[in-house]
Amino acid sequence: MAQLSSTLLYIAFVLYLVATFFFGGAIRDKKAKSGPDRWAMIGIAVTIAGFVAQLGYFVTRWIAAGHAPVSNLFEFTTFFGMMLVGAFIVIYFIYKTSLLGLFTLPIAILVIAYASMFPREISPLIPALQSDWLHIHVTTAAAGEAILAVSFAAGLIYLICVVDQSKASKRTFWLEVILFCLISTLGFVAATTAFRLADYEAKFEWIDKNNQQTEMVYHMPALVGPHEGKLKTEGRMEPLVDMPAIINARKLNTVIWSLFAGAILYGLLRLVLRKRIAAALQPLVKNINLDLVDEISYRSVAIGFPVFTLGALVFAMIWAQIAWTRFWGWDPKEVWALITWLFYAAFLHLRLSKGWHGERSAWLAVIGFAIIMFNLVAVNLVIAGLHSYAGS
Amino acid sequence: MEHVKCECGHVNPIGTVLCESCGKPFEENAPALLDMRYEGSARRSQTYNKTIIDKVWNFFSSVKVGVWLIVITLIASAIGTIYPQEMYIPPTVTPAEYYEEQYGWLGKWYYQLGFHDLYGSWWYMLLIALIGVSLVICSLDRVVPLYRALKKQGVTRNEQFLRRQRLFSSSHVDNYEALLPQIKEKLAKHRYHIREENGNILAEKGRFSRWGPYVNHIGLIIFLIGAMLRFVPGMYVDEVFWIREGETKEIPGTNGKYFLKNEKFIFQVYEKEKEKKVFQEAIDRVGSGMMAKNYQTNAVLYERVGPIIPGEKPKLKKVKSFSIRVNEPLKHDHYALYQVDFKLNELSKMSFHLIDKQTNKQFGTITVDLLQPKDEYDLGNGYRVQLLSYFPDFYFDEEGNPATKSKVPNNPAFVFKMITPDRPDGEVSFTAIRQTIEPLGDNKYKMAFAGMETRNVSALTVRRDFTLWILGLGGAIFMIGLIQGMYWNHRRIWIQRINGEVLVAAHTNKNWFGLKKELAKICEGTPLVMPVDQADKGR
Repeated sequence: MAQLSSTLLYIAFVLYLVATFFFGGAIRDKKAKSGPDRWAMIGIAVTIAGFVAQLGYFVTRWIAAGHAPVSNLFEFTTFFGMMLVGAFIVIYFIYKTSLLGLFTLPIAILVIAYASMFPREISPLIPALQSDWLHIHVTTAAAGEAILAVSFAAGLIYLICVVDQSKASKRTFWLEVILFCLISTLGFVAATTAFRLADYEAKFEWIDKNNQQTEMVYHMPALVGPHEGKLKTEGRMEPLVDMPAIINARKLNTVIWSLFAGAILYGLLRLVLRKRIAAALQPLVKNINLDLVDEISYRSVAIGFPVFTLGALVFAMIWAQIAWTRFWGWDPKEVWALITWLFYAAFLHLRLSKGWHGERSAWLAVIGFAIIMFNLVAVNLVIAGLHSYAGS
Repeated sequence: MEHVKCECGHVNPIGTVLCESCGKPFEENAPALLDMRYEGSARRSQTYNKTIIDKVWNFFSSVKVGVWLIVITLIASAIGTIYPQEMYIPPTVTPAEYYEEQYGWLGKWYYQLGFHDLYGSWWYMLLIALIGVSLVICSLDRVVPLYRALKKQGVTRNEQFLRRQRLFSSSHVDNYEALLPQIKEKLAKHRYHIREENGNILAEKGRFSRWGPYVNHIGLIIFLIGAMLRFVPGMYVDEVFWIREGETKEIPGTNGKYFLKNEKFIFQVYEKEKEKKVFQEAIDRVGSGMMAKNYQTNAVLYERVGPIIPGEKPKLKKVKSFSIRVNEPLKHDHYALYQVDFKLNELSKMSFHLIDKQTNKQFGTITVDLLQPKDEYDLGNGYRVQLLSYFPDFYFDEEGNPATKSKVPNNPAFVFKMITPDRPDGEVSFTAIRQTIEPLGDNKYKMAFAGMETRNVSALTVRRDFTLWILGLGGAIFMIGLIQGMYWNHRRIWIQRINGEVLVAAHTNKNWFGLKKELAKICEGTPLVMPVDQADKGR
C-alpha cells in the first residue's frame, strides 16, 4: 500500500508537468482561435487526472498509516501542493483561463518537489498529534492557504503583464526577486538531489549552545560549519567558516547552497534569454484580459480567506485548547497564522474601501504568498516552536 | 437635524451624496462613474468635523487608520517571534541573563525593549484595544446610513444615476410592454427579487451579503470582549500540579472541592518490533524507543463530602475513574485536567542495613519513606537508628554545609545516629548516594545501602475557563459574517424606460464577472443591449 502510494504521487507529479506543457500550448494556440481550445481542454483533463492520482496517493497513504498523511513537513507540503492544484481546477472552471494553469501548476510542482526533499517515510504519531483534529485542522488550513496561493499566481501574471520592461525600475527589480525565489526553490531541489545521488555525507563533532558535544551529519559540502566543528569523515570539504552555536549551521548551509544553485540557474537563464526573466515571460501574457486576472486574484482571496480563518485559526484554537490546554499560546506558528490573517484582512480592506485594484492588489497578493511561505518554510525550519514539524 | 430635499420628493439627511430614493447625485460635479460605496449615504464621519468627539469619531472611522493599526499589529507580532517569548524559555533561568547569554547583544536589546513579553505588553494590548474601537466606530459609521439607504431605495431612479453606473446600456425597444413579462421571468429564474413601478424594474438579490462585514465585526468584538474577561478574577483557573503514583491530592483551583488520585502513570514509546511494518523506517531513523507514543495518568476523581474543617482529613466520594492522556483531558464540572508533564522513577523509598564495618554482620534493615521519613527506627535488641537530618535534594552550599535545593527527593542524603548496645551514645554517619562521611571520627557501624523504590510523577494542568463560550460565540458569528459577505454578493439591475429609450444599469458590490455573465444570459434573445462595462472606457 505504501509503495502504491508513492507511485501514485510520482504519477501525479509527471501529469502536472505534462499538463503545464499543454497549458503552454494553449497560449500559442490562442492566435488562431476557432472553436474550443483543444490544448487547454487536454491540459485541464491531464491536470484532473494528476489530481485524482494524487488523491489516490493521499487515500492509500492514509490507509497504510492509519492516520491522515499530514503529520510531517513532507506530507503537509505535498498536501498543500495538491490543494493548490484543486483550487486551480475550481477557479479554472469559473474563469476558464488557461494562462492561470501555466503559472499555478509549476508552483504546485515546485511545492511538491520541495516537499519530497524531506524525510518521506510514514511515521507514527506523537501523543500531541493523536487526534481527529489533526486532519480537520491541517487540511482546512492547507486548503485555505492553497486558495490564497492562487491569488499569488494571478497576481504574478498581472505583474508580468503590466510592469514596464523597457527600463529598469524598482518594479522590475522586485519582480525579478520573486522569480529568483521561485528559481531558488528549484535550486534547492537540484542541489539536494545531486548530493543525494552522490551519497554525500560528512560527520561533524561540535559544541552546541548548552556546551554539550554532539554530532551533526551534513548531506551537502559544508560551506559553513557548526560551532567549533571538527570534521570526522575523511576526504570531505572543510567548512570555510564556523557558525556560532545558536545558528543551525546545517540548515544555513542548505540555504546557501540553494541560493547558490538558484543564482547559477538564474544566471544561465539570463545568459540564454539576454533579458530579464519577466521580460521573457511578458509575450506569453500579453493577450490576457487584465481585469479578469485582477478579479481572479481577488476572488481567490475572497474564497480563501474564510477557509483559512476556519482552518488556521478557529479549528487551530479548538485543537490547541484540547491538546495544549489553551486555545492560544503565542507559539511562533500561531503568531504567523495570525499575521497571515491580519495581512489578508488588510488586503481586503484596502481593496474594498480604498480601491486598491490592479497592480497594487497584485503586489499585495505576492506579499501574502511570501508570508504563507515564510510560515511554511522558515517558521518550521528556523524558528522552532511547538508545532511538530519543527526540526524535521 | 437639517435635511436635503431631492427633486423626486424624498427627504434625505444632510451629507447625503446620492438621493436615498432615486439616486440623483447631489454634487455639482459628480464623477462620470458614481462612487457607489455605502450607497452614497450620509456618513457621520463625512458630515461633521467640529467638536472633539467629531474628530475622534472621524479618526477611528477611517479605514486608513484601521489598516494602519492592523499593519502595526502585524509587524509587532512578527517581532515577537524572532526570539522565544519569556514563557517558552526554561523556567529556571532569569530572563535578563538568558537572552543575553543565548543571543548576544541583540538578545540583550530584545529583552530590554520588553520584546520578551511582547504579547502581554501594555502597548500591544493598546493596539488590540484600538483595533476594537476602530471596529465599532467604523461599523457604526457605515451600517446605519447604509441600512437607511437600502431600505429607502426607490424603484424609479434618476436618469443620471443609471447612466453613471459601471454597467450600462440603452436600447430601442418597440414593444416594451410585451417585453416586460419576458424580462421579469428571466430575472426571476436567476432568483432576483423584482419590484415594479410604472413599468420600471428594480431586480435585486443577495442584499443580506451587505451586512456580512458588520456581522463579522460584531463577532470580532464579542471575541475581544471574551478575551478581556480573562482578566476578571474567577473567570479563569490555570494551575499546574505534580502528583505521584499512589498519591491523593487536592486539585488546586477548585477551592478544596475536588481531589485526584494518581493510580498509575504510563509512558510508552514506539518500539520497532511492536509497530506496524510501514512505521519501521521512520522508527529506525529516530531510533527505536526514542519516539513517544503515549503519556497517560490513570486517575480517580473524588469530590469532598461535607464542609471543610481545617486539620481534619476530608471525606471523599468517588466521582469517576479516567485515563488522562494528551488530547483527552478529564472534564468535570467545567474543570478540565490535562496531561502536561511527567517524571519517571522518582525515588520514593530507600533501605539501609545497619552493619558492622569489620565483620559485615547485619543488625537489621530500615526503610526510609523519602517524603515522610520517621525520626527513629527501632531494630530491636537494643539497636536503633535515629534520623538527625534529612536533605531530600542534597548539595553543599556556599559555606560548605549540606543543604537541600528542594523538597523533591532527587538526591537524598541523611544524617543517621546509630545506637547500639556497645555504643550507647551512638555514632553519627552522614550518608548520601555513593558516599559516607563520618564527621565525628571513625565509626564501628555503618548504614549500608540496601535498595530503593521509585515511582512516576505526573504533572497535570487544571483549567476552568468561563470565557470559552463567549469566544466560541464570537468566533461563530465572525465566521457567519465572513461567509455571508464573501460567498454572496449584492446585485441590482435597473430597467427603466425614459424618453422612448430603455436603460439597463447594473451594480454589484463584488464579482463583476459573475454579474456580467448573468446579464448576458438575461439580455440574450431580447432586444435589450448587453450593458457595457464603462470602467473599461478609461483605459
